[in-house]
Amino acid sequence: MINSSLKQFGQMLAKKEISSVEMTQTFLNRIQQYNPSINAFITLDADKTLAQAKLADARIAAGTAAPLTGIPIAQKDIFCAKGWRTTCGSKMLETFKAPYDAHVISQFDAEGAVNLGKTNMDEFAMGSSNETSFFGGVKNPWDFDRVPGGSSGGSAAAVAARLCAAATGTDTGGSIRQPASLCGFTGLKPTYGLVSRYGMIAFASSLDQAGPMAKSAEDCALMLDVMAGFDERDSTSLNRPKELYTRDLNMALKGLRIGLPREYFSEGLDANVAKVIEAAIAEYKKLGAEIVDISLPNSQLSIPVYYVLAPAEASSNLSRYDGVRYGHRAAQYDDLMDMYMKSRAEGFGAEVKRRILIGTYVLSAGYYDAYYLKAQQIRRLIADDFVQAFKKCDIIMGPTAPSTAFKAGEKADDPVAMYLQDVYTIATNLAGLPGMSIPAGFSNGLPVGLQIMGNYFDEARMLGVAHAYQQVTDWHQKAPEGIL
Amino acid sequence: MALNITDIKRIAHLARIEINEAEAQATLIKLSGILGLIEQMQAVNTTGITPMSHSQDVVQRLRDDVITEINQRELLQSNAPAVADGLYLVPKVIE
Repeated sequence: MINSSLKQFGQMLAKKEISSVEMTQTFLNRIQQYNPSINAFITLDADKTLAQAKLADARIAAGTAAPLTGIPIAQKDIFCAKGWRTTCGSKMLETFKAPYDAHVISQFDAEGAVNLGKTNMDEFAMGSSNETSFFGGVKNPWDFDRVPGGSSGGSAAAVAARLCAAATGTDTGGSIRQPASLCGFTGLKPTYGLVSRYGMIAFASSLDQAGPMAKSAEDCALMLDVMAGFDERDSTSLNRPKELYTRDLNMALKGLRIGLPREYFSEGLDANVAKVIEAAIAEYKKLGAEIVDISLPNSQLSIPVYYVLAPAEASSNLSRYDGVRYGHRAAQYDDLMDMYMKSRAEGFGAEVKRRILIGTYVLSAGYYDAYYLKAQQIRRLIADDFVQAFKKCDIIMGPTAPSTAFKAGEKADDPVAMYLQDVYTIATNLAGLPGMSIPAGFSNGLPVGLQIMGNYFDEARMLGVAHAYQQVTDWHQKAPEGIL
Repeated sequence: MALNITDIKRIAHLARIEINEAEAQATLIKLSGILGLIEQMQAVNTTGITPMSHSQDVVQRLRDDVITEINQRELLQSNAPAVADGLYLVPKVIE
């Protein structure tokens, strides 16, 4: 049962082959069995979870079920869920109980889905390996010596180890797609503004976007149907007509123009990963797609630009943690200033502090034009590259990450090496474009993800493009040995 | 632009994060590496390019000036480190 698609889970529930309570209990049992070693979940609350499952069963019995009613979904611990401890992977919020629901959480509640628990993540979503979490690293289910990627590492491991039917994540520079690549499943970062950021703990507000992490494109489409939509409580939420993201799943690929950016296949890309990506592109040719050579000439500037903009916005967003209204407060201090300084020194981990300091520096008096303004100008150049590219093609493809999952500890002490993990994903965040990663094969037994990038609001087509591939390949069905 | 230890301490103070001598030294090395990465931007000519803050050209929405929140003082203060009589407690700031 655990390898079923969301549609199949829904059918089992509709036919009363299994109740939501039984389905949920099956996953809770799996979590109990695997979580002590994998560490994918930070907070579990079986009573709350099963109470939701009971409500879902009543709704199914009443004949008013929605597509995901009764299905257990793992929620990244960045989303506030009323009454649930919500930590964002930080000591700062170790005991914080969210007083309200994030928009994403209330959308799943309205759907009748079951909140299975809160998943582990890099502290405040800052990291690409889940090693910055205050609650400890997460094991990659494909190889316990390796990282699952990050920042949505707990959700990634939970999907890969089939500890949930599907999960949510957030992606500021690649935090859905890079773990999807490293753990071998399908993840989608939507167009900026499509999913409300209300109640999603802020990292870099102009880049943060929530999205689905699941086994297949079809599952991601069903999840996005629930997650996307206008919300007036997020000032950057886009007010546009509601779409059905499953509508193009069966589209034909004949004549589809796939652009391959030269810059994504050059220096820095692991040779074995490149082979897997080339094989996937060959499969798309067989499906009738046309391959177009394109260039994104400013893409090598993505990382420098990101490491100005994201820390600058983070330093501002994280100034709210002062030990006064909520969050960690130092046990001993002399005066108010000392209380701020000690509470923040104790509550934040090393990587979060580094980013706050970088952000504070680039925004400090005299440096604004040289750093923040300059970065915003280059951000436009990067976005314009995509505008030009999409005149020549419909979809862009390339690798999601430069390598497969690396060993825990390998890059933990070298922030710059860690930042290069997101070399292929950051540009879409800067441009505000949608991007996804789908399983495309293996290199030395470790999963490799193919990245699919689309134009603004082109999620339905991207999902169709991914689904067509998943109809003729079975990489997305693979799970680590011993898991199924 | 090369950073020195005084810069690190100044930035940490601006960010309200206490930092000791050993941490400041370690931070100096890591931050210098990151700033080295960022410096690549300076080679790009950006004269006349409009800065981009949002991918969609949207304007801030306005709403009617009406109360939308209800009083949830007790619930919200249940997360506070120290409260008394509905107020947040902090060290004395006025003598």
